[in-house]
Amino acid sequence: MALEGHAKIETNATLLLTLSFLVVTVGGIVEIAPLFYLENTIEDVDGMRPYSPLELAGREIYVREGCYVCHSQMIRPMRDEVERYGHYSLAAESQYDHPFQWGSKRTGPDLARVGGRYSDSWHVDHFTLPQSVVPESVMPAYAYLADTVLQPTYITDLMETHRMVGVPYTDEMIENARLDFIQQATDFGDGGVVERYPGAQQRDFDGQPEVTEMDALIAYMQMLGTLVDFSTFAPEEALASR
Amino acid sequence: MSDQKTEHVDTPTLLEGDPDTTGHSWDGIQEFNNPLPRWWLWTLYACIVWAVIYTILYPAWPLINGATPGLLGFSTRANVAEDIQRFENMNADIRTRITEVELAAITPDGNPDLYNYAIQGGAATFATFCSQCHGSGAAGVQASGYPNLLDDDWLWGGTIDDIHYTISHGIRNEDDLDARYSQMTAFEGILSDEEIASVVQYVRNISGQEADAVLAAAGETVYLDNCAACHLDDGTGDRFMGAPNLTDAIWLYGGSEAAIEYTVRNARFGIMPPWSAEASSAGRLSEAEVRSVAVYVHSLGGGE
Repeated sequence: MALEGHAKIETNATLLLTLSFLVVTVGGIVEIAPLFYLENTIEDVDGMRPYSPLELAGREIYVREGCYVCHSQMIRPMRDEVERYGHYSLAAESQYDHPFQWGSKRTGPDLARVGGRYSDSWHVDHFTLPQSVVPESVMPAYAYLADTVLQPTYITDLMETHRMVGVPYTDEMIENARLDFIQQATDFGDGGVVERYPGAQQRDFDGQPEVTEMDALIAYMQMLGTLVDFSTFAPEEALASR
Repeated sequence: MSDQKTEHVDTPTLLEGDPDTTGHSWDGIQEFNNPLPRWWLWTLYACIVWAVIYTILYPAWPLINGATPGLLGFSTRANVAEDIQRFENMNADIRTRITEVELAAITPDGNPDLYNYAIQGGAATFATFCSQCHGSGAAGVQASGYPNLLDDDWLWGGTIDDIHYTISHGIRNEDDLDARYSQMTAFEGILSDEEIASVVQYVRNISGQEADAVLAAAGETVYLDNCAACHLDDGTGDRFMGAPNLTDAIWLYGGSEAAIEYTVRNARFGIMPPWSAEASSAGRLSEAEVRSVAVYVHSLGGGE
């Protein structure tokens, strides 16, 4: 009877351990193996690039302030979401996100395509006091972002860390990180930022001469969802061509 | 091992009708081998069978280059495209007509069905895309640079074609080459402090606010030399330049002395994004939606 065999397993520590490992392995394979296929799910699209240093710093502030707690960055493939927020999000659009900011709850609206939707000065007003422009809003104020000057002290380290986990930052990008960081938040410059990060927007985002956390966060807001060229995107071919 | 242990403890006697034990005995404790309820077991088996069927019908198993597509050919992306297309088709007729007819002809009398569609649809689009700056009631944000759309004071023109152009291309943005554009001079450093103080009083005076008469008189020359090119000699503004009327009580950035002085010294540079599909890479609104919003905004009270 099967129960006799059971007794054999339970009374033999080595056998029990071996078989337990085998059982756990099945679960492990089911959970881990799909990760090896992640590349398969990233569509082939035009326009995606790693974050510029200033955008990356803005992203760090987004994470630090816990924006993901109330805002998602994931437009689901449903008609209502596409009509409100724009084209549904693609895996390719968060391929350089470490960690991704998809979020799981919307107290505020989805931000995956907020880029270009509002002017910089709207963002300044809105971060300073959200209720000044949207009286119905329950968002807290982040006025102090404009008071905190941001130095590119650790930006090179941050980009190197991202490179370690697979973001294709080139040596040239890393060498110029501090320069790009400062230049992107000014109205002048040698155009290096836009050359290295196509589609990057370069200007004084918050209207103050210094580079502040407000500059970085608005630079990040204004590029969200703007990179992929949807005129050349075909959902089925993009996956099939992998 | 278990056999040896059981010798040293009292083994409970099985009674008549008791089920078998599982055969384990730990410190004399044994376990009845009660079978699971039949219904439960069969539900489990059915779930396993369903899981197998499901993986055959729907995308499931990972392979080297992607996953098995499933016999039903299910795809979320195809579904949403189909869903959107279904609604497009339902509205195709009226949307085509809205884009083909003259904007000025979309009136309650001329084309009541188009007008009704544009007002309802335009209001929904306005709430989604425009209300964050212009307010959910379209009253803007007072003295903060977000214009009130309910009054009849227009910076760039209040005919329906003007409104349509502004919505399509936006104002002073970098995304659309056809955006409306003008740039006020920041007079800090160009005019002296006395000249700025006097022109502020002059502007206060022509807008009917309390002003220092002596300074205002001195400010007139400063105004005519520096401001009249855009705001016109009488201060009524120039819509071609987006230069506001300075003689009324409506102020985009506030009409207090401090606000006017800030404007003179630093200038203002309000930006509106473009919303037409071709002007913006993200493809914000279709032409029918832009036109609907234009009709809606035009209908709010100040349309010309």
